[in-house]
Amino acid sequence: MKLAKLINPEYYAREKYRFKTKCKDTLIFVLRWIFLICIAYVILGPIITVVSNSFMSIKEVYNPLIYLIPMNPTLDNIKIAVEKLNYLPVIYKTFSFVLLLMIIQTLICSLVGYGFARFDFPFKKILFGGVILTIIVPIHTIMVPLYTQFRYFDIFGIISLFNGGQPINLLNTKAPIILMTITGMGLRSGLYIYIFRQFFRGLPKEIEEAALIDGAGAIKIFFRIMLPNAVPAIVIVALFSLVWQYNDTFMTSLFMSNAEMISLRLPNVAGSLAQIERITDPRHVELITNSAVLLTILPVIVIYLILQRFFMEGVERSGIVG
Amino acid sequence: MKNKKEKINKKTLENEEEIVVKKSKLSLRQKKMVLGYVFILPWLIGFLLFFVRNLASAFIYSFSRVTIDPAGQGYSLTFAGLENYIFAVASHASFNRTLAQSVGNMLLDVPLIIFFSLFTAIVLNGKFKGRTIMRAIFFLPVILLSPAIVSALESAMNMLVEGVSTIPPEVRKDSGFSIYYLFVIFTDFGFPLVFLEYIVDAVNRVYDIVRSSGVQILIFLAALQSIPGVLYEAAKIEGATAYETFWKVTLPMVSPLILTNVVYTIIDSFVLSEVVEIAKNTAFTNMRFGLSSAMSIINTLIICLILVFASWIISKKTFYYN
Repeated sequence: MKLAKLINPEYYAREKYRFKTKCKDTLIFVLRWIFLICIAYVILGPIITVVSNSFMSIKEVYNPLIYLIPMNPTLDNIKIAVEKLNYLPVIYKTFSFVLLLMIIQTLICSLVGYGFARFDFPFKKILFGGVILTIIVPIHTIMVPLYTQFRYFDIFGIISLFNGGQPINLLNTKAPIILMTITGMGLRSGLYIYIFRQFFRGLPKEIEEAALIDGAGAIKIFFRIMLPNAVPAIVIVALFSLVWQYNDTFMTSLFMSNAEMISLRLPNVAGSLAQIERITDPRHVELITNSAVLLTILPVIVIYLILQRFFMEGVERSGIVG
Repeated sequence: MKNKKEKINKKTLENEEEIVVKKSKLSLRQKKMVLGYVFILPWLIGFLLFFVRNLASAFIYSFSRVTIDPAGQGYSLTFAGLENYIFAVASHASFNRTLAQSVGNMLLDVPLIIFFSLFTAIVLNGKFKGRTIMRAIFFLPVILLSPAIVSALESAMNMLVEGVSTIPPEVRKDSGFSIYYLFVIFTDFGFPLVFLEYIVDAVNRVYDIVRSSGVQILIFLAALQSIPGVLYEAAKIEGATAYETFWKVTLPMVSPLILTNVVYTIIDSFVLSEVVEIAKNTAFTNMRFGLSSAMSIINTLIICLILVFASWIISKKTFYYN
């Protein structure tokens, strides 16, 4: 019986095929993981160094026997970094501001995206070309006029009228960024409008028509029906908005350079260490700046890890690709 | 029966429309038109008030001498012709070189980023254990995209690569491996030198490339997931190999997104380039607003030219499924 099985050419062919596919699978498995681990090392390497440096004392840095894993982990660096960053109050202020911007931005961009996706009106194509233009022409091109505009802020002379003929200075307040976000010109708003428009275009029209026949108004339809259906796009936009606003230094340093934002304080840590604490050893300064970096990226990483699953689902389901 | 039902439906629809007309004295189409404008109104205000206005003033500034009134009452413009442009290109200490460098780097990076992100997206799109974790790691750079954090992480990466840099060079063991050794071997084989230099350069920039491909991977991943499985089944039935399937199915289907990604990459590299930094310093440290505007406009025009050229080339090869 067994012999018959072995002699059978079909059995051989099958076994050969099975062996071949097994080899192929193993090869793909090995190659894939080599690639993934190498790239993951490139991405995680600096983060691992930052974490290890945050807990290493200055004595251990100079000990050639210690690499990455400190023998006696200390919190000294982190303590100094917390003090230098004024961590808790600043992070609270940063987050309250960034969360506000996130909510405004997501709401406004979804409204505008819906407008472009579902309504026909004259000049629609040209106006949408305008949205694309705001994506392509970065805000850096117009930073000087923006700066002067907010320095001497006035709308058709109305504000001067009430302010004794003087335009008001909006710099170093939160107003410029909030105003720009409300009017859909915030940080990367164009991109978010584009994402929402693509997403809403992908939703079936029948839901809205049903609601319209049931007597719902457009605003009601938007908030009751379209928004709850747009959760994947909302998650993506909200996360991007939150994280990019949090990291942004361009808008904040342009309009509110005195503000207590963590992204603005981080670059100053090293300088203040040298001048105030008289820490001149560059390795020691590096340890403390690394602790500051760790403290800065920690909140975003935590948020990202929590939202990660929704985020991936959102990418898969949203019409990010059109 | 069916006809009757349809008739009734039509009748009720007409009635609805009539009611709407009676209520607001606008036809449904006109009403939708107005509603469309209502939805995009916030964006429209911002677009005109902040974007168009400031783009125009950036042009005007770039052709004028801007003097800030010392009393803080405002600023005045005097027409200066091409003075700012000529100064930026011919006399500024570093603008020229930095611009050329950043454009050169960008041209180098774009193909690498596109290839890398497409490849990574394909690898991450496969089904394997630990996929979620790997994806989470690969998108980490997206959320750490901040100049301060990036520079800190970069120095951390250098530390990691150098190993324990505090060990004096006499004590350190030579690794015995030099990339130039490989370089010589391959030139002996007759590899074109330009090609080799490009590869060596690419390897040197691997951190930059990985760091700036997060969003592109995301877009490609979403694109790969939107390819209908039917196409793959058909290819399999026709007896296509994996290689053929990639070139004949996957690549054409994601090709529209290649254009999107190229555009995104070019814009992104522009935003993070040093030219922006120079323009910013010229404006807000040296108070030369006109010159800064001229720099921004030169930079933007170059980027737009590259964008137009790139999209012209790529769109010739793009395949649209619908």
